[in-house]
Amino acid sequence: MTETVPKIRMRGLCKAFGDKVVLDGLDLDVGQSESVVVIGGSGTGKSVMLKCILGLLHPEAGSIQVDGEEVVGLHGQDLERVRRKFGMLFQNAALFDSMPVWENVAFGLVQGQAVPRNEAKEIALAKLAAVGLGMNVGELWPAELSGGMRKRVGLARAIATTPEIIFFDEPTTGLDPIMGDVINDLIVKCVRELGATALSITHDMASARKIADRIAMLYEGKIIWAGPTAEVDRSGNPYVEQFIHGNAEGPIEMEVRAL
Amino acid sequence: MPILQPIGRAFLGFLEVAGRLTVFAGTGVSHCVRPPIYPRLILRQMVEIGYYSLPVVGLTAIFTGMVLALQSYTGFARFSAESAIPNVVVVSITRELGPVLAGLMVTGRIAAAMAAEIGTMRVTEQIDALDTLATNPFKYLVAPRLIAGVTMLPILVLVADAIGVFGGYVVSIFKLGFNPGNYIKNTMDFVETMDVVSGLVKAGVFGFLITLMGCYHGYNSKGGAQGVGTATTNAVVSASMLIFCFNYFITEIFFAR
Ligand SMILES: Nc1ncnc2c1ncn2[C@@H]1O[C@H](COP(=O)(O)OP(=O)(O)OP(=O)(O)O)[C@@H](O)[C@H]1O
Ligand SMILES: [Mg+2]
Repeated sequence: MTETVPKIRMRGLCKAFGDKVVLDGLDLDVGQSESVVVIGGSGTGKSVMLKCILGLLHPEAGSIQVDGEEVVGLHGQDLERVRRKFGMLFQNAALFDSMPVWENVAFGLVQGQAVPRNEAKEIALAKLAAVGLGMNVGELWPAELSGGMRKRVGLARAIATTPEIIFFDEPTTGLDPIMGDVINDLIVKCVRELGATALSITHDMASARKIADRIAMLYEGKIIWAGPTAEVDRSGNPYVEQFIHGNAEGPIEMEVRAL
Repeated sequence: MPILQPIGRAFLGFLEVAGRLTVFAGTGVSHCVRPPIYPRLILRQMVEIGYYSLPVVGLTAIFTGMVLALQSYTGFARFSAESAIPNVVVVSITRELGPVLAGLMVTGRIAAAMAAEIGTMRVTEQIDALDTLATNPFKYLVAPRLIAGVTMLPILVLVADAIGVFGGYVVSIFKLGFNPGNYIKNTMDFVETMDVVSGLVKAGVFGFLITLMGCYHGYNSKGGAQGVGTATTNAVVSASMLIFCFNYFITEIFFAR
């Protein structure tokens, strides 16, 4: 076996909430230092997939391997050790509202890696600067930020510990187009220069084209298409075509009734 | 038998909750003793529970002591047994009223606040975020609260005991015309170490129950603002119930011969 082990390998992942099946036999590989973007309609289970990998939700069936190690069913110290490899930007940022912004960003350094507080603060302010937030923002409280600022603080927190694997759940949603592109560049930089593995979720095709090495589409609990970014326009898959062109007409039917 | 079915289901539901609660408590306690320990967080909780509850607990205690003296007097005067008032006041306060009333007041303040805070963190995914930052929420959120609850409640109750007895003293001296020296001598002669110790043991147990209920209901809250509201209510109600229930059994352990 000389085949390289993918950084993340998901096979037959199933997750349901009550009767509602969200993931239904999902297969996806993310290679070492690769940037994969998952696209798919709202409510198809993209965020749920990320939470399953992190062990925040427990899949009913299937396997998830990180660096060749099975992580489904891990708990305690082992789970904590695996989680140290990850950084996660939550869709709604999930900032700690009981501490100022800089402490949010420094949290992983102080708690996880025992970096002294003043040193961690310097790193935190540098990361905040990298997402376009000045020194003064560091002293604010999360409740005092705008939606886009919160997202960027969440991003700074996700990358603060320079993790091996970073999950970005809709990194550019709610940002203006220019700041969106700055964030795209930042994600690309994390992957290219720091060698991180990235798994991102986005609805923004421009952003997907920019940050992805590979794009995968999630539909009805399965990955129905995956391929290099350049091939997304000639996928030959009607679902993907409909999605990337944003047509209301097509095989994907939205459950809406006309007024 | 359609009558037995709901009873069985309710019983199974009760067992499930009891089981989950036991696991939660066990995990919480185990994280209290295993490093890393967060002294800053423990201190913050101690101030919140101990220091900021002092006015509420003190006011409750002083009025309870006062009314106790007044009521005993109106009752005992019929049998010319007024001299027993100091004894009644000190034993009632130290054994029962101090710990139970302080426990209930702290429940109102602390269990509700904890359930709301932790519940909000749950529904806004802040607890998930803690997990992804390799910080165990039990260690970071639950353990400091449990430690603070178990240590601060006995201190609060000791203060409540003193203030409550003082309340009885004030009414007896200034309203009922007792002799101050006799009153204090009677109190001191009658109270036993065990009265105070049993009250402090109760306080420690209550402190554990209050913080446990606040953390448990907050940690398991679901949905949004409404879910947090439900969690807060459940925390206060269940903590109050458990206080009365454990109060009886601890009393039985100490005093039933
Ligand atoms: N904790 C939960 N309890 C019950 N159902 C849930 C829970 N979390 C997610 N779901 C359901 O799972 C489905 C997928 O949710 P998810 O958040 O993964 O969607 P998504 O693909 O990220 O959508 P979006 O692009 O809008 O963020 C949704 O239909 C949602 O109702
Ligand atoms: Mg989502």
